[in-house]
Amino acid sequence: MLKTHPTPARGPVGESVARLDGQEKVTGAAQFADDIQFGPGLLHARILRSPHAHALIKRIDASRALALPGVRAVVTGEQTPGYIGLYLQDRHIFCRDRVRYIGDPVAGVAAVDEQTAEKALDLIEVEYEPLPAVFDPVAGTRPDAPLLHPDLGQYEAVNFIFPKPNTNISNHFKIRRGDVAGAWAQCAAVVEREYRVPHIQHVPIEPHVAVAKWDEKGKITLWASSQSPFAQRNLIAKALHISQSQIQVVAPYVGGGFGAKAGVSMEALAVVIAGAVKGRPVKLRLTREEEFFTTFVRQGLVARFKLGCDTEGRLLALENTYYWDAGAYTEYGVNMTRAGGYSGTGPYDVPNVSVDSICVYTNHPVGGPMRGFGMPELHAGLEQAMDDLARSIQLDPVEFRRRNCIRGGDTVATGMTMHPTGLPDCIEQAAAAINWGHKAPPSAPTKRRGKGFAIMWKAPAMPPNAGSSARVQFNEDATVTVSVGGQEIGQGTFTVMAQMAAAALGVPYEWVKVAGPVDTDYSPYEWQTVASRLTWSMGNAVKAAALDARRQVLEMVAQAWKENPDDLDIVNGQVISYKTEEARSLKDIVIYGLPNPDGDGWIGGPVLGRGSFMPTYVTGLDAETGQGPRAVVHYTTGAQAVEVEVDLETGKVEVLRGVAAFDVGKAINPEMVKAQMEGGLVQGISTAFFEGLKLKDGRVQNPSFVDYRIATAADAPPQVEAIIVEVAQDDGPWGARGIGEHSMVPTLPAIANAIYDAVGIRMDAPPFSAEKVFMAMRQAGVVQ
Amino acid sequence: MSLHHITLTINGAVERATVPANLTLLQLLRETLALTGTKNGCAAGECGACTVLLALPGAERGEPVNSCMVLAVECDGAAVVTVEGLAHDHQLDPVQQALLEAGGVQCGFCTPGVLISARALLDRNPRPSEAEIREALVGNLCRCTGYLRIIAGIQAAAQLGAPAGPAA
Repeated sequence: MLKTHPTPARGPVGESVARLDGQEKVTGAAQFADDIQFGPGLLHARILRSPHAHALIKRIDASRALALPGVRAVVTGEQTPGYIGLYLQDRHIFCRDRVRYIGDPVAGVAAVDEQTAEKALDLIEVEYEPLPAVFDPVAGTRPDAPLLHPDLGQYEAVNFIFPKPNTNISNHFKIRRGDVAGAWAQCAAVVEREYRVPHIQHVPIEPHVAVAKWDEKGKITLWASSQSPFAQRNLIAKALHISQSQIQVVAPYVGGGFGAKAGVSMEALAVVIAGAVKGRPVKLRLTREEEFFTTFVRQGLVARFKLGCDTEGRLLALENTYYWDAGAYTEYGVNMTRAGGYSGTGPYDVPNVSVDSICVYTNHPVGGPMRGFGMPELHAGLEQAMDDLARSIQLDPVEFRRRNCIRGGDTVATGMTMHPTGLPDCIEQAAAAINWGHKAPPSAPTKRRGKGFAIMWKAPAMPPNAGSSARVQFNEDATVTVSVGGQEIGQGTFTVMAQMAAAALGVPYEWVKVAGPVDTDYSPYEWQTVASRLTWSMGNAVKAAALDARRQVLEMVAQAWKENPDDLDIVNGQVISYKTEEARSLKDIVIYGLPNPDGDGWIGGPVLGRGSFMPTYVTGLDAETGQGPRAVVHYTTGAQAVEVEVDLETGKVEVLRGVAAFDVGKAINPEMVKAQMEGGLVQGISTAFFEGLKLKDGRVQNPSFVDYRIATAADAPPQVEAIIVEVAQDDGPWGARGIGEHSMVPTLPAIANAIYDAVGIRMDAPPFSAEKVFMAMRQAGVVQ
Repeated sequence: MSLHHITLTINGAVERATVPANLTLLQLLRETLALTGTKNGCAAGECGACTVLLALPGAERGEPVNSCMVLAVECDGAAVVTVEGLAHDHQLDPVQQALLEAGGVQCGFCTPGVLISARALLDRNPRPSEAEIREALVGNLCRCTGYLRIIAGIQAAAQLGAPAGPAA
């Protein structure tokens, strides 16, 4: 007699099935937030923004704007006394007494059309008193720096964030492990470097859109392009001092997020404006120009590294300081600083560690989460400095990483024991695929070739108890509807959830759909679609819900057939008995139940599975040493290698080939995993060569696609090879862990290392434009 | 703002509209006609999400244009094809099918514009080289895929041949 496996490993998990949302996305049928039709009652909103980087608001007079025909309402900070923020409540929805960056929202207008709303902005009079500002994070930590948040000590914060009142430091994360000061004397080589990483923007092709409506009873509906419908409901409710249940967030497909649409940014503005025109839906749609600096940007970073190793190349000590240019509000950024702190060594086994990761308020745009959550920024310099250290003792950079990379069982710098990881395998596979150690001749005498390598790690950064939940229900025809609160932002999570539900239930993948749009009134709770956590966390919830539904079916059938549920299975949509070889389609069972075999009546009924997941094992870390048993849930690790060709005449760098190898635990959909690796690598190339917000006195100089270039089809390398490594995650569904963010983390330093390999130059900050490369080559004497 | 009466063909159907002089073709499609498959990514002609095929009167075939940069009044008598018009009788256009199969779709926001640019390319050059495909896509920004699977999809579509129905 066969026994059923508790979690059937049969397909479609591990198969590259077609995207669940593919058909509707190629036909134009897929609905995004701006596509929802609201009819002629729709009002349009525009935002008046601060022209000053730092100023007091002395007076606002909106009377002339209100008198403009077509204007329905003007709101200001007077209507928003409450604070809002994810980890640190440090901002008002509209500014009240003070503005802190150029673009800070001062007033909002609702009007019959966008043009009228725009015109009304010019009629709002605001009197400011400019204040001295902070534009550099290192300068911002000095005692004489202008104080941007005098009330920092009063702000509400989660218990793992440590603001320093009466300074511009809203979090300071420290690691102190071993004896760093004593270790330098043991080192055969020590490298000290400073790198700067500019602010960049996420640049989803879909701009932010939010439509809000209040009904007469005070119920609020918010339709938004959102990675975080539940977090938005929660944070907006807290800021407005209302119940979470009073807000319903409806979130259709997201046209690219990359973190920009996580937490709350402009959505709260739409809600407050709509509150002034109850009964009417109000749409706020950011222009592309606003998109570049008024939602979240990726924080800037000034990073100082000091690394030392012995004659064998073994890392002995690391002393890193990260100054994050976190912008005007750090409600989300404080946790990026924390992540940059506890992961601040990179994926290395180092006995003596000192890390300081300092979140500094500046009068720059608001730093927020972006793909990688601090890791691309800190790995950018760290992986270059590691290369320099290896070369300083004539050790091959790949061999250096082999000797020092973190392995399962090592103790990471926070004191946590590293779980099994495929990082060593990623290094071997990436090195082999790029043919490491062999240099091909350049395509022209005026060009030079080089290869570069970098490794990475990243953990999901979130509160210790971020939860997921899911519902799995059958329809009459035995097709399955999976309900989740996590969002399809392009990463393919709906497809992966359908695969998991199908596999756990024992039905074909084609029978499963995922309910959309995500709707906080109907969808089960999900913390946020961030941190590459859904495959793992929401996947666990979906798997549990599917197994719950499966159990209900088997218990019902066992009762009807007078069998033991352990002898039954669901295979390809049929319940079968391994004992009697009886079989019956799920269609006959899952809604209407089965006739009672002992006489009249029925047993069973509609099958509805529920599942939830929350990590329960993450511990706090000591505020002074960063030590604790378990800092994070897990780390995804990986390696990338690139081959470049540098044109000596122009400084232009071309990436000829890219290789990415990541340990994803288990690839639920291998082609979609590879697509994440490719897309991330090209986004990494884009940040390496093109991207950076040009900030001058707090003003973004290049807020358009003409002046802020991102990679186009012409910039993607001819060839990218994606390699899947699978070392199972102990608490991942089928062993899976996330990969969405990781693929862009090592790209920039791998390119920088390849440029060094080609022409022997280092630059202290990206983007590595042709001009910058050429000037660096000239300065180094590589060219005349 | 002066109003103008225009007649144009959109995805094979004749549409009449009264439009203010400053209304863009993109606004006509999305806001007046609720054809929301065409996307608004920048409203400045820089991202390509709003790309449609536009055949002005007398033109032999449609050319890809950023519909945010074309005024609706200029389209009087023109024929427009949007992403909604690529499939015929529930049969996907080869570029739609091939892009799906190649995995060239992620968030899907650039996809309508990419598909139109690809269709236009294959209409004028049924066997493009990889370099020609990249060149044809330079005006369509994609932040998710890294372009490689989009390029592979268009190469596969070229192998599949012409679409089932008339383009306009």
